[in-house]
Amino acid sequence: MDTEAFDKPGSGDFADVLVLGGGISGIQAALDLANSGFRVYLVERSPTIGGKMAQLDKTFPTNDCSMCIESPKFIECDRHPNIEILTYTELDDVAGEAGDFTVTLTKKARYIDESKCTGCTTCVEYCPVTVPDPFNQNLSGNKAVHIYFSQAVPLVPYIDDNCLYLQDKKCSICVGVCSNQAIDLHQKPQQVKLQVGAIVLSPGYEVFDPARRGDYGYGAYPNVVTSLDFERLLCSTGPHEGEILRPSDKRHPRKIAWIHCVGSRQVTPGGNGYCSAVCCSYIQKQVILAKDHDADIEAVIFHNDIRSYGKDFERFYQRAANLSGVRFVRSYVTVGREIPDSHNVTIRYSTTDRGVQEEEFDLVVLGVGLNPPRGARQLADKLGIELEEHGFCKTNPANPIETTRPGVFVSGAFRGPLDIPESVMTASGASALSGQLLAYRRGKLARQRVYPPERDVSGEEPRVGVFVCHCGANIGRVVNVPEVVRYAAGLENVAHAEEGLFICSTDAAQQIANTIRDKKLNRVVVAACTPRTHEPLFRDTLREGGINQYFFDMANIREHCSWVHAKQKEEATCKAKDLVRMSVARTRHLEPLQEFDLPVHKATLVVGGGVAGMTAALSLAGQGFEVHLVEKETELGGMARRLHYTLEGLDVQAYLRELVARVYRQQLIHVYHGARITDASGYVGNFITTVESEGRRTRIHHGATILATGAGEYRPTEYLYGQDQRVLTQLELEERIAAGDQSLAGLRSLVMIQCVGSRTPERNYCSRICCSQALKNALKLKELNPGLELCILFRDMRSYGFREDYYRLAAEREVKFVRWEPEQAPQVEAVTEEGRELLRVSVFDAVLGQRLALDAELLVLSAGVVPAADSQELTHQFKVPLNPDGFFQEAHVKLRPVDFAAEGVFLCGINHYPKHVTETVGQAYGAAGRALTLLTHDTITASGAVCVVKEDLCISCGACISACTYGAIEFRDTDRGRKAMVNPVLCKGDGLCNAKCPTNAIVLKHFTNEEVFAQIDACLAPDAESGAAAGG
Amino acid sequence: MAAGRDFKPKLVGFLCNWCCYAGADLAGVSRFQYPDNIRIIRLMCSGRVDPEFVIRAFARGADGVFIGGCWLGECHYVTEGNYDAMSMMHLCRWLLEKVGIEPQRLRLEWVSASEGIRFSEVVADFTRQLQAWGPLGRGEGIDAEILALRLEAVRRLLPFVKLVERERLRVRFRTEQEYQEYFHSAETRRLLEELVAERLQLSQLAVLLERQPRTLAELAGQLRQSPAQVSRHLNLSLQQGLVKYDEDGHRYALA
Repeated sequence: MDTEAFDKPGSGDFADVLVLGGGISGIQAALDLANSGFRVYLVERSPTIGGKMAQLDKTFPTNDCSMCIESPKFIECDRHPNIEILTYTELDDVAGEAGDFTVTLTKKARYIDESKCTGCTTCVEYCPVTVPDPFNQNLSGNKAVHIYFSQAVPLVPYIDDNCLYLQDKKCSICVGVCSNQAIDLHQKPQQVKLQVGAIVLSPGYEVFDPARRGDYGYGAYPNVVTSLDFERLLCSTGPHEGEILRPSDKRHPRKIAWIHCVGSRQVTPGGNGYCSAVCCSYIQKQVILAKDHDADIEAVIFHNDIRSYGKDFERFYQRAANLSGVRFVRSYVTVGREIPDSHNVTIRYSTTDRGVQEEEFDLVVLGVGLNPPRGARQLADKLGIELEEHGFCKTNPANPIETTRPGVFVSGAFRGPLDIPESVMTASGASALSGQLLAYRRGKLARQRVYPPERDVSGEEPRVGVFVCHCGANIGRVVNVPEVVRYAAGLENVAHAEEGLFICSTDAAQQIANTIRDKKLNRVVVAACTPRTHEPLFRDTLREGGINQYFFDMANIREHCSWVHAKQKEEATCKAKDLVRMSVARTRHLEPLQEFDLPVHKATLVVGGGVAGMTAALSLAGQGFEVHLVEKETELGGMARRLHYTLEGLDVQAYLRELVARVYRQQLIHVYHGARITDASGYVGNFITTVESEGRRTRIHHGATILATGAGEYRPTEYLYGQDQRVLTQLELEERIAAGDQSLAGLRSLVMIQCVGSRTPERNYCSRICCSQALKNALKLKELNPGLELCILFRDMRSYGFREDYYRLAAEREVKFVRWEPEQAPQVEAVTEEGRELLRVSVFDAVLGQRLALDAELLVLSAGVVPAADSQELTHQFKVPLNPDGFFQEAHVKLRPVDFAAEGVFLCGINHYPKHVTETVGQAYGAAGRALTLLTHDTITASGAVCVVKEDLCISCGACISACTYGAIEFRDTDRGRKAMVNPVLCKGDGLCNAKCPTNAIVLKHFTNEEVFAQIDACLAPDAESGAAAGG
Repeated sequence: MAAGRDFKPKLVGFLCNWCCYAGADLAGVSRFQYPDNIRIIRLMCSGRVDPEFVIRAFARGADGVFIGGCWLGECHYVTEGNYDAMSMMHLCRWLLEKVGIEPQRLRLEWVSASEGIRFSEVVADFTRQLQAWGPLGRGEGIDAEILALRLEAVRRLLPFVKLVERERLRVRFRTEQEYQEYFHSAETRRLLEELVAERLQLSQLAVLLERQPRTLAELAGQLRQSPAQVSRHLNLSLQQGLVKYDEDGHRYALA
């Protein structure tokens, strides 16, 4: 691989941070660290980075293609001058202390010399041994020498233990066919010692293995598969190229069952007591995708509580449940038997209305849970850290990123089951915490990326290279890619056209760079996915190819074509040609643009002085960055002021007092109380915000903005709340418990109702925290008064993750749980019986199938979380969006969970979505980590796509000036009179002024009239060779 | 005119990068299927859509033009170009109407980044409408040559329309309804008639005469107007020295 072009750290043994585990969490941690001035070793034990996310087909709740969103990050790591990737490497030992660790690692023998291998895969072709492919969950074969998956980084094969030479020295064909002598069958494991200042652990998780106990016939019946197996079956790079074929006879299953909670929520030996937190949603995803593959599939989902507790999960659940031919059945199940001839499997279950039944399925998918990573115990011993009782990493109760050993941080699922966004947030958080520890040495080891010099192509005719991507089968299954390539090759100015399986893979990108040089290309069109995610990657490729990065355009033939016209192959191919033709026409007019550097003001504005805002502020200030902390109340603390303890036992008030004291002690934090933002302007690196506080008005200049504005508690209008003082919310109850209210000890009966104000048509989301809140308060009350009759009326108990333990504990303490359906919500009336004034709660018990009447002296409502009232105003001031529920909308649900699409603005806390205190802390560190990737730079690069005035056309009418509220345009006097002039630093490139200019004198570069005209004309060209112009 | 069943309208979409384009991406990610008629051009802001883009697309044979931006108040930019896009859309619709083209062939919609389903529905709905209206021009009963002539006349007038917009019609309301009412109010309509309608006629004359000198009768026939109307416009043009009259051939020509 040609890596001379950039300056990688050599084989030096000194860096700032070692990240252990190269899944999505480790990748994010490495990138954030490397982008904030640290040098990083990214160590992974498998042959490539990518982790479990690389094996997933899609991600919930958006059904984004998992590999497509993750693989650009592989390349970013691979190309980053401050990241050195060590794959196929295991940890041996960690010595030393925070700031000065010596880490010993073993690089396993992959029998390939990485520096010589070109990734050509000739060896794979010739290898005579077929072995089960671990990437495809052993559902298909691969060679004993193979590349782990097509987008692997490094894109180098490894040799499996089943190799004939390694077993009996029988075969060495691969050595002979490798023209680079890259195969070394005598390679030995290599021990390396590295010096680092901090360690981030992100070894991830292992899926629960049902083969050990033979759960539900797994291992014995071929048509019982795990959900991860099924994930591969769904995937276009899977064992059957995305066709769902069942293992026994490779036929399309017509009827599929999913079983929830396999290995989770079980106290039986071999099972896990906790809830695995992600399975409910991933099963819904699989159902949606299976129906998408084959609309006639009948799907039955056997579930316990449906835990759709995350952002947009509730709607996702509804989407799955509303599909035709999909049944959600609430029942425990047992697998009956395998039918001998068909290999179908029967499932026994029972429902309240129909009793025990047995039903036959073509395929059964086990919703397996998450286990601690393989070898977690040994890993913990080597690292000198403690594990918690379930075998995951033990963390500080107040800080989910700190392990028990100083200088060793944890991110991702090693801390316990969690989903991708939280893995990413905590990764950015681990970066922030490492930064706090190592701030003194920031930038000392880091290096800048060096690109080859840019070729001047101004005198050349356009020579366009067109690269059309199959995207596995995502595009290729619908669009006839070779035909599009042939068509492209015939277009004017096209000098080169080719197809690729995954153009975004590291080697394909490298190939494009080489092709640019070899074929003297000066324009590049990539026909693949959306430029919104992949344009930066390919622009970078152009820079490596030695041409200006703006000579690039993407034709979106996936999101806008193959995925939305999946059943119209011909039309989709025709459209793909049109889109390519439009892109080629556009690129002819593209001009080289120069980017320029803008200074970054090193201060940060944090809006909201709750736990989230204070945590982020302290992290930034701890690394030497000034913070302006703006709180609308007169006191810091936010929602946490009403919390007293967590389910896990954290004393919230003590924690909060400490936090507030640290904020006031920190001289770099300026706190504004009773504050209101009256004006906000500027842009990344250079925001100006006016804050009015205690009668004073301050103009704050800051480079980054963090919105940590919190949320509110729903004020119930139902169940006599506000009419009867015996009806409280959970927060009100918590306040009474904390205040030592004696009357609580004497209570005889109490009822709690869940989902008050949540999961309703008006607020179609789950408030996430109320189930745990109810458990927490119930356990406290039972502590005060063990004899209390306490009943929780719930819809689904959503005590996800380790919170499940407390659900079980509450049941053991004889808290009663009664499930109700939304059609038959509980009813409450005040009654007097035998002289006692009672609240009578009547509810239809869905399990018993009868109506219960419960008498309660106190009724506690689990009122949901509602977005803060001032969010709307902030959206205008900071140009950030809200989601349909009124919470802030992050840049990307999975991979940019604390960023806004608006650069330089970040979010954390419950303005993003309801969450627990520790989750908020993790996210706050995440926001700080992301802000640091900006603040640690003296300048940021501004886009070259800004406006410029052609002075000879300007009639100085001022239309552009009045349109530009950024104030980027002003008049200046020239020899030929007054002309408009653009200040490129202030121009944001929206181009409104262009549409206003009567003489087309003002030009938005990269979106000029000529460029757009070319697209319009190409789109509608009547003589287009694609067979038809747009639509025709 | 009812469209044939085989008619596949050609639809060009100008989408802002931040909301509608992202919404279209999400439609793809979520596999929401919609008709394959639309071809998308990505711009940074719906406010960037120059009226000339719209007119050019129609002149090149688009049966419909779609503009997609952020919801009001959610524009990514401080300039809030989506409000301006709305003014521009109303002005373009007025111009289209003036030259006999169904104004609803230009459609502006707000689609947020999280509304993949809405994007697919809106495109499907617009496609259905266009199918019902039939091909541009034929649907309206205008033949191709005249359609081209009229659109060219509109195109040439756009710089002037921009000036009128800036001087007389620059408004900023909060709701779509207010824009709708403003641009359809008698007052605005009168203003447009006074300032723009006449010039549009002159512009059409100029385009016609540019190709070759013509008699009054030919002009009236081409413009589908009464000789009296055409004569009035010719006199205006003569006075302004834009047109000259060739006594021998009884033809008018560009000066």
